Amino acid sequence: MTSIKHHIPDALLLEYASGRLAEPFALVVATHVSLCDECRARLSAHEMAGGAVMEAHEKAALSGSLRDNVMAQLDDAVEEAPVYERSSIFPAPIMEALKGRPPKWKPLGRGVRQSILKHGKAGSVRLLYIPPGMAVPDHSHGGLELTLVLQGAFSDEGGHFGVGDVEVADDAVEHTPVAAKGEACICIAATDAALKFNAFIPKLLQPIFRI
Amino acid sequence: MLLIEREADFAPAPPLVKVASERASIPVQGKAKLKTYSPETELMLAVRDQRDKRAFGKLFDHFGPRLKGVAMRSGLSSGQAEDMVQDVMLTLWRKAHLFDPTRAQVSSWLYQIARNRQIDILRKENRPMPEALKAESEASEESTSDALGLEQEVSALKLALAKLKPAQREMVEKAYLGELSHTDIEAETGLPLGTIKSRIRLGLEKLRHELDGIRKS
Repeated sequence: MTSIKHHIPDALLLEYASGRLAEPFALVVATHVSLCDECRARLSAHEMAGGAVMEAHEKAALSGSLRDNVMAQLDDAVEEAPVYERSSIFPAPIMEALKGRPPKWKPLGRGVRQSILKHGKAGSVRLLYIPPGMAVPDHSHGGLELTLVLQGAFSDEGGHFGVGDVEVADDAVEHTPVAAKGEACICIAATDAALKFNAFIPKLLQPIFRI
Repeated sequence: MLLIEREADFAPAPPLVKVASERASIPVQGKAKLKTYSPETELMLAVRDQRDKRAFGKLFDHFGPRLKGVAMRSGLSSGQAEDMVQDVMLTLWRKAHLFDPTRAQVSSWLYQIARNRQIDILRKENRPMPEALKAESEASEESTSDALGLEQEVSALKLALAKLKPAQREMVEKAYLGELSHTDIEAETGLPLGTIKSRIRLGLEKLRHELDGIRKS
């Protein structure tokens, strides 16, 4: 049974359902929903509402040949896209982002490691590995930041976050997450800050050196 | 407030849930289909179970023009929108074996497929999707009544949408068609989601019950 306490807020779930949410954040939402029946049910409810909106929407006439074209393709053979499955602590959406391979960890110093999954104009999403008791590398972000725990736990001003919990930091929330003692903390974190390695790494390391 | 009450949404639901006891009383004759499925669900089951092309054609006629309308509203040209309709409807045909009326309606399923295609076309992105739930082995009486329960919720939801004032309905459309960010949604106090929220909460209870069943099986 799940002990998830920190969920995806409804507005964010709706933004995901509508397809508007940028890919880095959508990956965290899809990962959380994979772990959380509560949010899976709420997402399905939003999709029902979305379906109802679509069904009530104004129609646009189709050109005459479209129907025949589609009907003619029903028996065509199709290549199946690969399906990725959960592997150890990584739910299927993360395995898909990793293309089925183990993460490539890059050291950030003091035992902290990261593995970038995606980065682009809309933001970036990475896996973070934080040794027990260590501060989670924080970085300034102008907008949304989502952090989901996959293994271990961390705590900060916002509370205690265990496996499946997601911390939502909107705007420049000052928080200093610290990994719990015991097991190393592995998270998936999405931020809309553009990924600039030179500027990014020193910022990342600041809180660590402050310990 | 709209549907954005983070903690409140997880509070124990008020006794608005018609859980197992009442639903179990819906008469079910063996595994015969009940007449109360919506026409779309009936057609989709014929596509899934009999690979019925005539049924598919009817679904195409019903949903195609609506899918195109939504796609054009989001900025696709008429040609792009028709490509999208084609892809979405072919996905419906090819993935029909995954359709489960206890978990989704044809419309909600198509909505999800269509949003994925649109993200692909407009942003060249793949939308990460949650892990699929394991399929149930066999349709049971319980799942038949779950499916009917879901149908009822969705009809009620459609009625609620139809009764909204035009301005309110416009906001709901914007939210569900990807024209509002989560901060817009949080700030939009005019979003008339009170009614919808209670409908969604009912749907949520049904689904939660359903998921419980899957976990125990």
